[in-house]
Amino acid sequence: MARLVVLGGGVSGHTAATFAAKWLGSAHEVVVVTPNSKWNWIPSNIWVGVGEMSKEEVTFDLAPVYAKAGINYKQAKAVSINPEGTGANEKPFVTIEYTLEGREGESEVVEYDYLINATGPKLNFGATPGLGDANGLGEHTVSVCTPDHATHANEEFQKTIEKMKNGERQKFLIGTGHGLCTCQGAAFEYIFNIEHEINKAGVRDMADIKWISNESFLGDFGVGGLHMKSMGFAVSSKIFAESLFTERNVDWIIGAHVNKVEAGKVSFELLDGSMGEEEFDFSMLIPPFAGVGLKAYGKDGSDITDTIFAPNGFLKVDANYGAGAYENWKASDWPETYQNPTYGNIFACGIAFAPPHPISKPMSSPNGTPINPTPPRTGMPSGIIGKAVAHSICDRITKGENAPLHKASMSDMGAACVASAGKGLFDGTAAAMTIYPVVPDFEKYPGTGRDTDYTFGEIGLAGHWIKHILHHLFIWKAKLKTGWTMIPE
Amino acid sequence: MSKKVESNIKAYSNNFTTMTPGPFALALRKNLIWQFIRFIVINIKMIIVVNKSH
Repeated sequence: MARLVVLGGGVSGHTAATFAAKWLGSAHEVVVVTPNSKWNWIPSNIWVGVGEMSKEEVTFDLAPVYAKAGINYKQAKAVSINPEGTGANEKPFVTIEYTLEGREGESEVVEYDYLINATGPKLNFGATPGLGDANGLGEHTVSVCTPDHATHANEEFQKTIEKMKNGERQKFLIGTGHGLCTCQGAAFEYIFNIEHEINKAGVRDMADIKWISNESFLGDFGVGGLHMKSMGFAVSSKIFAESLFTERNVDWIIGAHVNKVEAGKVSFELLDGSMGEEEFDFSMLIPPFAGVGLKAYGKDGSDITDTIFAPNGFLKVDANYGAGAYENWKASDWPETYQNPTYGNIFACGIAFAPPHPISKPMSSPNGTPINPTPPRTGMPSGIIGKAVAHSICDRITKGENAPLHKASMSDMGAACVASAGKGLFDGTAAAMTIYPVVPDFEKYPGTGRDTDYTFGEIGLAGHWIKHILHHLFIWKAKLKTGWTMIPE
Repeated sequence: MSKKVESNIKAYSNNFTTMTPGPFALALRKNLIWQFIRFIVINIKMIIVVNKSH
């Protein structure tokens, strides 16, 4: 009997673990180690953050689902990996620390034959003074990264609605809280939900809403922007985004590295080197991401963290980490199998794998401050990668250790994205977009880097309905209900 | 309706060089018949992209 250990139970880890359990059956063991007791459909946290959904509607308990799937679930966080075992014992293992109520802090060694690192990111609030610290979110801004954060965000948001109803003008500042953030899409969706709710409350004329982000142009979204086919044109996402911001009367600051957050004020540096400040009454700033801080040790106990992990804490995989300058970047730099080059039985998926470089062109201010989005690895690509990695490992377990690995490169993979504003079936709208491929391939698609037959975007109720369907569909799938394998990632 | 959106543009500010939707484009976004058609079309497009990605 082989044992597969999956670290993390988010979109990618959950997908990998549940498919592996289905494909391997009871002949082998699948273990999931995750510090959370609940699964969270993160895209709908946006609706929690404006009070249109409750925390309970975007989460469910993992234990009964894993029990049904025959997965050994350990509510714990991984602390370290010993890929060569230790001393006389050559069996690789991970050391975990329980977060389960009643067993908090208790350590355990879990041996593995194959390991998937799908821990997701550490929300690195501490990278920006005032945004937070090592313990998490600070007191000046809010976040929608977790259901609890989103619930808190809504509580603060409702206070501003009341103030505006009482005649007090409010300033809203939404975006990214550091020069190296990703997930601009989540902030993008949140700002338009905020705008929609303020409008619905009848106090839009009392609100000044502003976007602040590290993108060098509006509509970069961490993927270097995109060109979408519309009305016979290949239209830049810059035009698309600027038009939407103008329509909703939302101003913007771009190319910004937020370097300090204080009560009611952020300080920032722009790509041109100038410094600025912006006041706010309500602010949601996405933090930068980092690896969760897993350590790795050799057989003799030596620290080999640098061998397995990149400096940012994400796991090294089959990517080209030596591509160098932007001009040298190729689509083939991006990993295909997500196998660690040193230890062939370790894989990574979702945010946990170390990308070879950003997708957006790296930029820095004249002061040397890097200001550019880091690459998104969430949502659909995250699920597809998780499934491909699970497939590879299952083949190696059942067909032998030389079975070919499955491939899922982000340079040969698309993504569908729906950013809604509002939740009502007839009063909301959404920007529905597809992008193919996620990582531009300028050799295959000269000019835009993408296939404009499959890269499109439009705004309307239709996208809004799709967002609703996706919410229920993916929670259905994650709960392993009837037909779950038929629902694509 | 179009004038309302156009009035958001401020000369030589961030949004002076972008395009804004007119009343027809805005109406289409909310028109149930048109949006039902677009719902079908967008779903088909997304399914094609999903299939190409697996």
